[in-house]
Amino acid sequence: MTLRRHLTSWLFLSPLLVVLIPFFVLPFIVVLTASFFDSDGFGGLLPTFTLVNYANLFTSSLTLNLYLATLKFTVLTWFFSLILGFLVAYFLAFHVRNPLLGIGLFLLCTVPFWTSNIIRMISWIPLLGKEGLINMALLKLGLIHEPLEILLFSSVAVVIAYVHQLTIFMIVPIFNSMARIDKRVVEAALDAGASRLDIMRLIVIPMSKSGIALGSIFVVSIVMGDFFVVKVMSGGGSASVVGAFYEDISVLQYPSAAASAVVLTVALMVLIGLILRTVDIRREITR
Amino acid sequence: MASFRDDSKNSTRGSKKKETAISRRSLLKGAGAAAGAVIGSGAIKGFPTIWAQEIKDIELRHVGVSYSVVKAIGDQAAKDLGFKVTMQNLDTSAAINRFITQPNSVDIADLEGWQAKLATKRGVIQGIDISKIKEFDNILPIFTKGEIDGEVVSRQGISPYEAMYIEKPDSTELHEGVTDWATFLPQVYNADSIGYRPDLVGYEVTEWKHLIDPKFKGKAAILDVPAIGIMDAALCFESAGLITYGNKGNMTKEEIDFTVNKLIELKKEGHFRATWTTFDQSVQLMAAGEVVIQSMWSPAVAAVRVKGIPCTYAPVNKKNGKEGYRGWCNGMGLMKHLEGKKLDAAYEYLNWYYSGWQGAFVGRYGYYSPVPSTAKPFMTQAEWDFWYDGKPAPDTINDPYGVPMEKPGTVRDGGSFLERVKNISCWNTLMDEAAYMNKRWNDFKVA
Repeated sequence: MTLRRHLTSWLFLSPLLVVLIPFFVLPFIVVLTASFFDSDGFGGLLPTFTLVNYANLFTSSLTLNLYLATLKFTVLTWFFSLILGFLVAYFLAFHVRNPLLGIGLFLLCTVPFWTSNIIRMISWIPLLGKEGLINMALLKLGLIHEPLEILLFSSVAVVIAYVHQLTIFMIVPIFNSMARIDKRVVEAALDAGASRLDIMRLIVIPMSKSGIALGSIFVVSIVMGDFFVVKVMSGGGSASVVGAFYEDISVLQYPSAAASAVVLTVALMVLIGLILRTVDIRREITR
Repeated sequence: MASFRDDSKNSTRGSKKKETAISRRSLLKGAGAAAGAVIGSGAIKGFPTIWAQEIKDIELRHVGVSYSVVKAIGDQAAKDLGFKVTMQNLDTSAAINRFITQPNSVDIADLEGWQAKLATKRGVIQGIDISKIKEFDNILPIFTKGEIDGEVVSRQGISPYEAMYIEKPDSTELHEGVTDWATFLPQVYNADSIGYRPDLVGYEVTEWKHLIDPKFKGKAAILDVPAIGIMDAALCFESAGLITYGNKGNMTKEEIDFTVNKLIELKKEGHFRATWTTFDQSVQLMAAGEVVIQSMWSPAVAAVRVKGIPCTYAPVNKKNGKEGYRGWCNGMGLMKHLEGKKLDAAYEYLNWYYSGWQGAFVGRYGYYSPVPSTAKPFMTQAEWDFWYDGKPAPDTINDPYGVPMEKPGTVRDGGSFLERVKNISCWNTLMDEAAYMNKRWNDFKVA
């Protein structure tokens, strides 16, 4: 009986394992191994065991600066996409009475995502530039006399592009958990004299925690693992963790790039662990 | 390295004039057919052992950056040679990684000098028997002997000549001086400098230090490909008299520190509006009025001008041991796994490159052929005068796809071919301290 139960649970696990082992575990082991190797400077790996790649990483102020820069973008993107995503989901779940219309509007949210990330990102450039639409409009209205340079090739531009790309990853899980909130609970609260703020604070937010946590995991891991948006939208004015080790690969410094990748993976796991600690997603979902 | 110069030709053209794409293609076909008839016979003559029947199943995969590995050229080669040629584009970094980690997925590797050096060290390419290259003696001596017009070509960075020879077909070390075996055969090259808006800059730019003139605070940009961006920066600082380098193409740690610290200083003062990595980005920066001066590539300057915006390519001739262009050169290497009929076909392909069609094609967007003597018959007199001799264009000059590019009377910036190449003061490179330099470059980026 127990054996049988074992077998079925392994069977349930197998689809996940079939994906995770070849596409995550094995490559990760390769990268981990390479991170302890030495480089001959010409793309060759010297199979020794050395900690020098890690030592270089942890003793360099560059690492700290890169993580600070990347964390800054992560936190800002997370914050704004959470606010936007939460409000959109709240509107869809509680203000749109007709469920069919709700689903329709929800699908509408995904329409921009039919085009590629890159297109959506670079279409901000003609809007935000020195001679872009926003600056032109502000100049014509007489609100400014010099074009605002901070709009493009700046941290502002990076955050705008990220929020635009990633808000959907907040909307979907939050909408999903809000849709499952029993409306009678809200009615009961209203009847009992709760204010709108109380309902939000005591019912809606606690009961969409799992959605918020899932959305946060998506956003945080995507921003931490990306370098392209930073590169283009900051006009090369800022760097990112991944961007830095991509440059290592371009000069064939595989071991140091591997060490950076391992450190980033661990850092990301810690971050996700923290999110999961605050919200027990498993319990919330099976609720 | 000129890294992400990809996208350059194909995508700028593609996006710019979509509606004319078809007519241009057919135009090209017509021209190609005529050209093919001329040289088709010549190309096959050298290889009587290959039977047309046997080669038609062969496929050569030519892999490299898009400004060098161009589909239109591959299509023409396939038509003339009778076997299949597939052109695959990657950025510089992806390309060298592919050659080294998956050498069997490539037949012809498109290499810069420094990449040829790496590929040789890693043993992924085989020596090219120069006796099988018909036009070898007509290749300009810049490449084969390291000199031009009796003058020695600069050896700062990794010059094509330095990377060109190995002693035996399977050597893994470069050889100083001419041998019978080449690592790669140069196929396209140019000299990079500064592009600027003459209407907004207000004076004629002839020195690199103008790029860091405080007058252009917030309106300047620099190339963000570490290995070559740092050389552009070095040219600026040397020009401003701040430092003298032993070898800009192979700096010491102290020189790297000085250069990057100076860049960080400039960045903190707000001198740079942006940095750019792709051809298109540099065109956009200039065309959208974001910057008025930046390090730039010759065809990018032309692309800005095609949009009707004045843009000049600065002639930065050498003076007092400073200034000069940063040269680059892409060539073709034969991967080690090539053998038998496929190797014969590869040699035939290399010979085709030197037969003129390709040289004329790249000439029409401002790059040069290593064998101008064969390219010349494929260009009109007007094209030759304009692109190579630096004379005023007697007629409207079209780009390779037939789009009008320069009005009659225009003179190419930087003067004649000889004047330009003789003023190359350093070559694209991979420094010994590349890992350290990269790290410091990232300090600049994150500052």
